[in-house]
Amino acid sequence: MTYRVHVRVIPRTGLLDPQGQAVEHALGALGFAGVREVRIGKAIELGVEAAGPAQAREAARAMCDRLLANPVTEDYEIEVEG
Amino acid sequence: MRRVAVVRFPGSNCEEDTLRAVERAGGEAFYVWHRDTGLGGADAVILPGGFSYGDYLRSGAIARFSPVMAAVQAFAREGGPVLGICNGFQILCEAGLLPGALLRNAGLAFTSRPVRCRVEQAATPFTCAYEPGTVVTIPVANGDGRYAADPGTLDRLEAEGRVVLRYLDNPNGSARDIAGVAGDGGTVVGIMPHPERADHSLLGAADGAGFFTSIVAAPAGAR
Repeated sequence: MTYRVHVRVIPRTGLLDPQGQAVEHALGALGFAGVREVRIGKAIELGVEAAGPAQAREAARAMCDRLLANPVTEDYEIEVEG
Repeated sequence: MRRVAVVRFPGSNCEEDTLRAVERAGGEAFYVWHRDTGLGGADAVILPGGFSYGDYLRSGAIARFSPVMAAVQAFAREGGPVLGICNGFQILCEAGLLPGALLRNAGLAFTSRPVRCRVEQAATPFTCAYEPGTVVTIPVANGDGRYAADPGTLDRLEAEGRVVLRYLDNPNGSARDIAGVAGDGGTVVGIMPHPERADHSLLGAADGAGFFTSIVAAPAGAR
């Protein structure tokens, strides 16, 4: 069956994220006070053919390690629907 | 005479300047397409600048899986000289042939202007025509040019003399002002500035010509 897999790729904590900083400043300028530590990453949605949710997750993990995330600069989270 | 393969990916846009820079330096240069599985018997390989695969996902992330990259990996493992310029540097990092990564410039702007750099390591196949410490002015042109690596890796690069090129006026927030690094064998080199855009006085500066005369001058049997 096909599982809907959501992958979130986020710049590693401690690394400068200039996009996050720019958005944080813009939010402040719009009057949204108290917004801190904005970080901007990517959301990737996949339909993954797998025997079960665990296998779908394992496949997505391998995809993250090889391509979807850069192990030097990014962390990722995987969520499998169903 | 050194035969130099210039790899073209979909989205490369500096390959012709690079090819001509090699020729002007007295070398023989030819293109290799990203779908090719061989390197045409080249003595050295250059991955040129551009926006391979539209920089989708991350700069260089898709190009590193091009068929030709298996040949580049094997060539590099045997000690073959490989130079990545700008997008080529990004591809070499993504491929694991060089440590670290290139991230969005600290100022977020695409930066396209001449920058001053110091040649820190002249004992590479691409910098041997320079005296160590030579200051060169070469243009950068990138959006993702900020070199990053973990502190341990940066320390090792410094200790092993693998910082090849360093900015005098860091244009993008690169860690330790790093503009170029070498792999652990010293024969794979990545630089963000574009020496092929400054290899002749007609282009306003010839400071970058040394990267190409180095290739031609390096002994063919060096690898």
